[in-house]
This record gives sequence, structure tokens and C-alpha cells, in this order.
Amino acid sequence: MTDWEAVIGLEVHVQLATRSKIFSRAATTFGEYPNSNANAVDIALPGVLPVLNEEAVRMAIKFGLAIDADIASSCRFDRKNYFYPDLPKGYQISQLDQPIVGRGTLPIFFGDGSFREIGITRAHLEEDAGKSIHTTYDGLTGIDLNRAGTPLLEIVSEPELRSAAEAAAYFRELHGLVTTLEICDGNLNEGSMRCDANISIRPKGVETLGERTEIKNVNSFRFVEKALEYEIDRQIVVLESGGKVVLETRLYDSERDETRSMRSKESSDDYRYFPDPDLLPVEIPDELIESVRVTMPELPTAKRNRYIHELGLTDYEAGRLIEDPHGSRYFDAVAEQSADAKLSANWILGDVTAALNRDEINFVNVPIAPDQLGTLLNRIQDETITGKIAKSIFELLWTNGGSVDGIIESQGLRQLDDAKDLEGVVSQIISDFPDQVGQFREGKQKILGFFVGQVMKATNGKANPKQVNEILRRELRP
Amino acid sequence: MNPYASVTQLRSGLDNGDFSAEELAHCYLDRIDAAKDLNCFITVDAEGVLDAAKRADKAIANKRIGPLTGIPIAHKDLFCTRGLLTSCASRMLNNFVAPYDATVVDRLKRAGAITIGKTNMDEFAMGSSNETSFYGPVKNPWDRECVPGGSSGGSAAAVAAGLAAACTGSDTGGSIRQPASFCGVTGLKPTYGRVSRYGMIAFASSLDQGGPLARSASDAGTLLNAMEGYDPNDSTSAIADATDISSSSRALKIGIPTQYWSDLSPSLTKVLEEARRTLESLGHQAVSLELPHTNAATAVYYVIAGAEASTNLSRYDGIRYGHRAAAPENLEDLYQFSRSEGFGSEVKRRILTGTYALSVGYYDAYYLKAQQIRRLIRQDFLDAFGEADVILTPVSPSTAFKREALIEDPISMYQQDIYTTPASLAGLPALSLPCGVSDEMPVGMQFIGPHFGESSLLTLGREYQDETDWHALHPADNHD
Repeated sequence: MTDWEAVIGLEVHVQLATRSKIFSRAATTFGEYPNSNANAVDIALPGVLPVLNEEAVRMAIKFGLAIDADIASSCRFDRKNYFYPDLPKGYQISQLDQPIVGRGTLPIFFGDGSFREIGITRAHLEEDAGKSIHTTYDGLTGIDLNRAGTPLLEIVSEPELRSAAEAAAYFRELHGLVTTLEICDGNLNEGSMRCDANISIRPKGVETLGERTEIKNVNSFRFVEKALEYEIDRQIVVLESGGKVVLETRLYDSERDETRSMRSKESSDDYRYFPDPDLLPVEIPDELIESVRVTMPELPTAKRNRYIHELGLTDYEAGRLIEDPHGSRYFDAVAEQSADAKLSANWILGDVTAALNRDEINFVNVPIAPDQLGTLLNRIQDETITGKIAKSIFELLWTNGGSVDGIIESQGLRQLDDAKDLEGVVSQIISDFPDQVGQFREGKQKILGFFVGQVMKATNGKANPKQVNEILRRELRP
Repeated sequence: MNPYASVTQLRSGLDNGDFSAEELAHCYLDRIDAAKDLNCFITVDAEGVLDAAKRADKAIANKRIGPLTGIPIAHKDLFCTRGLLTSCASRMLNNFVAPYDATVVDRLKRAGAITIGKTNMDEFAMGSSNETSFYGPVKNPWDRECVPGGSSGGSAAAVAAGLAAACTGSDTGGSIRQPASFCGVTGLKPTYGRVSRYGMIAFASSLDQGGPLARSASDAGTLLNAMEGYDPNDSTSAIADATDISSSSRALKIGIPTQYWSDLSPSLTKVLEEARRTLESLGHQAVSLELPHTNAATAVYYVIAGAEASTNLSRYDGIRYGHRAAAPENLEDLYQFSRSEGFGSEVKRRILTGTYALSVGYYDAYYLKAQQIRRLIRQDFLDAFGEADVILTPVSPSTAFKREALIEDPISMYQQDIYTTPASLAGLPALSLPCGVSDEMPVGMQFIGPHFGESSLLTLGREYQDETDWHALHPADNHD
């Protein structure tokens, strides 16, 4: 039996988070009334002209710096000509052979902490099309041009991904990067990142490439993985039953979990690309690149290294935290305040994440300010409060706000560690439960937990558990 | 009131109270009505121009006077004008009322000009005879059997016939200069980038320039001052010094390119030679020079202009505005029928040739090759301006020809542009001005200047017109 290997390259369209469109002053906000974000330029009235949004250029440069790529000193825009109702000019302004960002690399990480550098061929700027709406109007198609002209950065990877899981990891890593750079809002369900995958298979060890198919528009990490898994299996079945893979575009149907042929690519489209005469070549001086460089945040790879090597987090913890740049920013702020980074990571990946999921919100609007969470963790560390009390303070902070120290004082939650007080409680409990005392003294050590529980109950959980243990053991001795 | 008065004369007449802006507007409106057979206008905005004239009279009374306050002008019907039909002389846009003003229109308004209407033209500015208009051909006021030239034929004929003080036009390969020459008026194609293209419906983006058609170089300068300047809405517009024609000219070297003069008919040669002698008599020196790639210009022009037009006109798809075929069965039909019905045959011819030139397998041989030669043509001029300050050439191989003489023969029609396309390809300013008559029809000459050299072109033109009266000739009124 042949051992097959997949060869996968991804083209990811990233919507840039500029306020206005790439060639017009219309806003880019999502979910507006159809065509309310489309101005004269976006609907391609006669006589209008495109003017390049410098913010989009800066964002593309930022991405280029992040993947350590060459930034073109001069690049240009081309017209890609085709007719479609949601493409108002009858051409898309894109970049054919002079992309703004040249070759770079993006490391993808695996669960065991290992990683692989994936080559990025290029990234270029272009404009998004509008949307055709076929469902709402009986027998008619609605055109919504709100999205038309939204800036896209199309990021093309080398065909260096070798499995569906690697492709998904790459997509996830890219998502983490562009959201960390704040050049994309990363909202996959709003189409802020859309992925096309080119996939072929070949027997392991063979250098030549097999015929490929292209899967269009898979827009979640999970669907990238599932669509490619399906497509790899499909191609294996085709080849092993003596058939041939046909060069074509396929669509992934997530409900049926299968890819279906959309159109043949045999007669390749002629887009009649040529330089757009309405736009001058874009000159990118070093000063512009440097002015972008100074705005670069800490990149995910550097952050991962810092978490693991400086803060002592595990690969898993570091990976989870940097998945969401808002989450890692929250973590950084908490860890700055708290003495124990590991404890901060535990709480953020545990209690905080659970509460976020429960309330269906995300790290942008955590109701507890990072300095308060940091203080809370410090109060556990310095034994002002017990871990159990900390959980209840956490819930209070989450729902009502307030300050950690204020809550501790006003509600008297300070840990009881006065030996005399605790000895009093313990002797009372020993006299209340003579049967259990007998059992312990007969050797049933496990019953110690029962006494700890009773002490905690009597002190509303405030007793210092270490001290309670010591006193109990001493007092219970026969 | 003299309908053939210059803008300068009209300005002092209005400011001195010799006549009101309203009277002036009425004068032109009456003449437009009387000269309907010329078919110069697609839209006459009588109500709008009279309202604007009344406001202008108030402004003049209050001494708030711009350079063009109360002066009625007309815009070629490819400049978008808010609230007015902007048809590009095409069935495709027969229903298109622009929701915004082109930058040129806006700037002329701010200078005080009032809009009397929109002039006829070749459909989408594609033509050299004004015979491709959906609204029918324009007649030449000098001889109604003849064409006015194109594509700004309506504008040129309207100025010649005294139907407006001046007009805007656009020039892609000669569309201001050739009709100016055929109608005996002064027309300027500015340097590419001097005048904003925003709101001027595109034909060929790398060549299109708006400019004035007027009675004199001086009037053209006044209009250009209002029209020119950087526009943030047009990435290709340039930051350049304003045109200044107030200073007097120094002695210039006037280049005579042999390639433009050698094949000229004896009658035109005679007129052009006379013009050259006049310029020499003004103290300028004629020098012979070479522009070796001139012969390729027309072919290069038609490849590039067609290629750009083929995609500029893709937006006319029947979806959002403009002509839409009735009851299409499917999307393919909607496109095919809307465009087949909406565009005339010359527009289709250029879309098809342009599409061909950009297609895979032909791109290198046509579009890319044309761009290479375009650079050589530009270099020819840059070299020539090392030897001369201004280049003097004919505008057209002939005077205005008869209607239908060339319309069935596109190649001959395209050859009409042989003297105007090179400056277009090089992005240079060029002034077309009357310099004589041949068989009772006006003959024009062309001054080509270096980039942003409008000031010296217009100053030289003003000097020449101070010395001669060719620009002051006008056709007899033909009111039957």
C-alpha cells in the first residue's frame, strides 16, 4: 500500500482593520444596513477615481515586518478584469507581480513544543468585493456593496504544509499574528479571515507534485482541518482506484462534511491584468518602514519564548495564552501585578476562561481589571486569604466589582492564623465529636479530613489550612 | 451685446453694468435656440443658468466678483454635473443624472462661471468627427455639411457659433485640439495631471485631460486658472505652479519637427509657413528638429487607449445605473444585451480591440510593446526640448471634412489624430489655435510645450493673437 503525503498551500484573505476603505472614504464597519457603507467610489459611478488609503499600506508593512519579509521599495496596483454583479467596476484592484510584501516565514507550533517554519511566498493588497444575496428576494438577487472596497491582505503560503492539522495550525498562527498586530479584528464568523487551500497528494518520497484542487472559502480553523482531511482522503481514493485528480475548484460543505466540485479550471480564466492607470506606483521609503517598525508589538513567537523561558509556563499554557492576543495582554497585565506568573496563568486559563465562557464574553471585556486579579493572587500568596476565599472574592469582583482589599476588610475574610483562636475552635470541635475522635485515635487517619472540614465550617473557610492541620494533629494525639 | 466677445470683455461689461448676467444668459439661450440645427447641446439648462445668473448679478452688485462670475459656459457631457443628465453621448447613460459635480465643474462654479448646458460629443469621447454621438452628429457652423471634429465637437462648435462664452472639453488623443482647429477656436490640452480627472467620465485614464475651448489664448488661460490644481480625489493630479500668462514672452526657440511638416498638403503648408513667419517676426527663432518615433504614435495610441477603455467601460453593466436590457433571462443576458444595446459601434470596436490587446498571449505583443514605444516617444520630446522651447506643428492633416466621409473607414479616421496623439502619449501640454483659412474653412496650428509649460504656450498664443485676427473670425449666423 502506498504511503501518501499531502502538499498544501493556503491563500488567506485578511480584512485589514482600517477605518475607511482601501480606495474610498466610506466606513468599513460590519453589519450596517445594505449599501449604507458604499459611496460613489464604491458603487463605481461614472467619473470616480480610487485614492489609496495609507493606513492599509502601513498595516501591510507591519505584517511584512512581523514575518521578516522584504518590503517592496516600490509596488503597484493592477486591474483584474471580470464581470460579476457584486464587483462594481468590472475589475478588482489587486497586485499581480509587484506585491507590497515579499518572501517571509511564519513558525507554526505543535502541542509538544516543536515548531516548523512555513514559507510565505508573498502578501499583497487588494480590495474586497461586495456580496450577492440570493436568499432574501424571491427569484431576484440582492447586491450589498458595504464590503466592496474593504482592504484585504492576501497572504500566500508556500506549498509546505504536509497535513490538514498543519494547515489548521498555520491558519491559527496567522490569526494570532494579525490580531496581535491589530491589523485585523480576527472575527472569523464575520469573514474577517477567509482561506482558500490548494491541495495535492503524492507518494511519500516522491518530489514531483500531483494534480491539485482548490478548496474555496473555508473560514474556521476546524473547517480548514476537516475540509482538507476529507479532500486528502478523497484524492487517495481517486488515485488508488486508478482515477485521476482533476484540476478544479471545490467547495466545502460543512453540514455534510464533504467537498464538492464547483467549476473546472481547465480553461483558465483570462483576467487581462494590467497596471491600473488611475493609481501611481506606491513608493515606500525607508522612513515609512521605520515609522511602522516602532509601532510593532511583541510578536507571538517572542512572547511564547518569554512565557516559557522567563516565566516558567508550560508549552501548553504558553500556547493557550497567545492564541488570543487579548487574553495574553490580560495575562501580561495580571502577571506584572502578581508575584507568581504560574499562578496567574492557572487562574486565567481556569477560572477566568470558565467565567468568560459561562457569560459568553471575551477577554476584551473581562469585568475584573488586571490589577485587581493580580492583587487577589498576591493575597493568596501572602496568606492573607485562603484559596477557597479567593474563589468567592473572584465571583464577587466579577459580578459587583470593587477592590480586593476592600472586600477582604469589609467582609472580614482575612485568614484566621491566630493560634490561640484556632486552638479554641479545635478544642470545641474535639469535644463535640467524641465518636470520631475515638476512631482517629484507633488509627483511622483518614478521618482528619472530617475535622478540617468542621473547622473550616466553623470559621467560614477563613482558617489557615496549614495551621489547622498542625493544631488538629497535636490536639488529637491520644 | 456681442456674443463673440471675449471673457475679458464680458467681464468688464458685467462689472461696468453695460449688461446683466441675466441678459447675457438670455442672449446665449436665444442663440442656442436659433442654432438648434447645429446640435451642439445634449442638455440646455435654461432654468438653472437663469437662476445662477440672477445670483451672479447680486454678487456683482455686492462686489463679490470672481474671475468668471456671471459668465455662461457649457460643459462637455462627460463632466458630471449634479442634478443634470451626464450622458457621455451614449445610450448607455441616457438616463444618468450625476449625483455629484466633477472637480472641474465645481472649481469653475467657485470661480463664478454659470452652466448653460452640456455639449454634444462623440460617444464616450471616442471619435474624431462627432458622428458617434447617440444624440446625432454636430454640424460645423462654418459649413453645415462638415464635421466640427471630435470628440469635443459640441464644445468647439458652440464657442465658434457664439452659443457660450467658453466651454470645457476633454482631450485623450486630440479631442480638444482637433475640433478647436476645425471650428476656428482656441483649445488647450493641459499637461497630464494639471487638471483633475475626478468626475470626468474616463475613456483612457493615462491620457485623459480636461481643458478649455475658448475664443483666445487669453480666455483659455482664464478658464485654465479656474480648472487647474492638485485634487486629493485624483491620485494622478499633480502639485504644480499655477499657470501665469500675465508676463510677456522672451525670445523663444520654436522647434519645427520635420516629421510633422513633410507630408502636409500644399494649402495647409502655406498657412502654417505664414504662421511661422509671423512668429519669427515677433522675435522668435525657428529651429528644425527631429521627433523620430512620430509615425508610431497613432498605432500606439489606439492600443493603449483601447486597452484602458476596455476596462474603464466595464462598469456599464446594467446592474446599478445606466441602460439595462428589458427582461433578461439570466445574468449573462443582462450583461450581453445591456451592453450590446447601450454602446454604439465605435465604442464596441474599441472595447474589442482593447480587450484583445490585454489578452493572454497578445499582451506582450500589443500592450507592452505600445508602452515601450510610448516611452520612446516621450523621450523624443524630452530630447527636443533641449533644442527648442516650443514645438510648432499642424493640428490635423486637413480642415474639417464632410460628414460621412470617413465614418465607414476607421483607419483613415484614426489617422486624423496623427499630429495630436504624440503629445498625448508624452503627457505634454498642447495649444491649438487658429492661424488662417483654407477654402473658407479654419486652419489651426499646435504649440507643444514641455511638461507644465502652459504659461509659455498661452503667452506665445496671446502674443500671436495680438498680432493677428484669425481667432476673431467667426462664421455668419445662419438663422433661417
